[in-house]
Amino acid sequence: MSYCNVKIKINGEVIEKEVESRWLLSDFLRDKLGLTGTHVGCEHGVCGACTVLLNGEPVRSCLMLAVQADGLEVETVESLAEEDGTFHPIQQAFANNHALQCGFCTPGFLMSVKNFMETHPDLPTDDEIREAISGNLCRCTGYSNIIKAVKEAYVLKC
Amino acid sequence: MKPPKFSYLRPNSLQEALDMLAEYGDDAKIMSGGQSLIPLLNMRLSTPGYIIDIGRVEELKGIREEEDVIVIGGMTRHVDVEKSALVREKCPLLTEGITWVGHNQIRSRGTIGGSIAHADPSAELPCMLTALRGEIVIMSREEEITVSPEEFFLSYLLTSLEPNQLIKEIRFPKIKKGSGYAFEEVARRHGDFALVEVAAVVELEADGTIADAKIALGGANSVPFIPEAVEGFLIGKMPDDSILKEAATLQLGDLDPEGDIHGSKEYRRYLSGVLLERALYKAIARAREGVFV
Repeated sequence: MSYCNVKIKINGEVIEKEVESRWLLSDFLRDKLGLTGTHVGCEHGVCGACTVLLNGEPVRSCLMLAVQADGLEVETVESLAEEDGTFHPIQQAFANNHALQCGFCTPGFLMSVKNFMETHPDLPTDDEIREAISGNLCRCTGYSNIIKAVKEAYVLKC
Repeated sequence: MKPPKFSYLRPNSLQEALDMLAEYGDDAKIMSGGQSLIPLLNMRLSTPGYIIDIGRVEELKGIREEEDVIVIGGMTRHVDVEKSALVREKCPLLTEGITWVGHNQIRSRGTIGGSIAHADPSAELPCMLTALRGEIVIMSREEEITVSPEEFFLSYLLTSLEPNQLIKEIRFPKIKKGSGYAFEEVARRHGDFALVEVAAVVELEADGTIADAKIALGGANSVPFIPEAVEGFLIGKMPDDSILKEAATLQLGDLDPEGDIHGSKEYRRYLSGVLLERALYKAIARAREGVFV
């Protein structure tokens, strides 16, 4: 079947839609649902900008078909901030530490870091943070401020 | 960079998957985690008429223990192997090597069967499976067969899998008492494809001589390479620095790595010797200490 009906819980809301089977999850989120926070960089699984959480685990949304997410739960960067715009502690820490410049890669970093913090509740070492963000590329800032931000996020969330 | 049109099929059982393969096999591709297939689709290097997504076939998932082997279902994800206490205890080479597979975003989707079936010569799973002398269990609607890595891997991205077959499970021999293991790799950046990788398992006699050595190199050849002369040379030897150095250079002439922008042929051949020596050192040290992780 070239078209399929899917039911996906996206940022807490159940979405039922007909999708073309060849649509990537990243394109579905951006073009069909208007969730343009998920950025598409390389489209072959190298840059990590399109990282979202699938059932709580980080995945590259450009390496998944939308139809594969049928029945599952997806979280995008739009789920982080409060409704009134108050930043999530990870976002606040990135802002405080100049951990972004152009911001293109940032949604992917934020989602990777969210999963990392959930799975590593204790303050990690620099090496552990480097390993956690190794699947995300940033071409502006370098990574020092991102590492600083991750550490501050651990403080802010308390 | 968007996949071409295809018909999407999602079997809910192994039987259903095998029936679909029997019907559409010639024009179908199996999708497990999709971490290699979707880039191929995105770049239009592969344009199958049908995608058979085995992601919901529960019979193909899971890790279980038999007498001498750990059996891992083809649809089991890297992350599940990485976190498995059973694998860490009984087949620790896999635990060590699997962290080199891509990044955690890749390992949370990519599967063991998918990596084996894709047969990238620099991928970690084919190399470790070859070093361990494991087996691949293949199914079609008609039959189930078990093949060795040497029978399975034919060349770059080419395996003995027929269009109507899929990988049911992979059998990884458990580590034996008195053995040590090591996985060594050099990649341009962590998570990139290996320039060269070496997996080794060494078994020592009670007196410290080498009882058995099983080794495979990846990235240095079109299929995982077993350095038979090195293995033969090591058996019965009391390992010391000079023996290991000699062993590591023994078979370099047989290697035929492809040079590319990431590393020349000569560099990969040189690296093969360096990593082989390091892997042997580490495996022997672990065997001596009886330390498995």
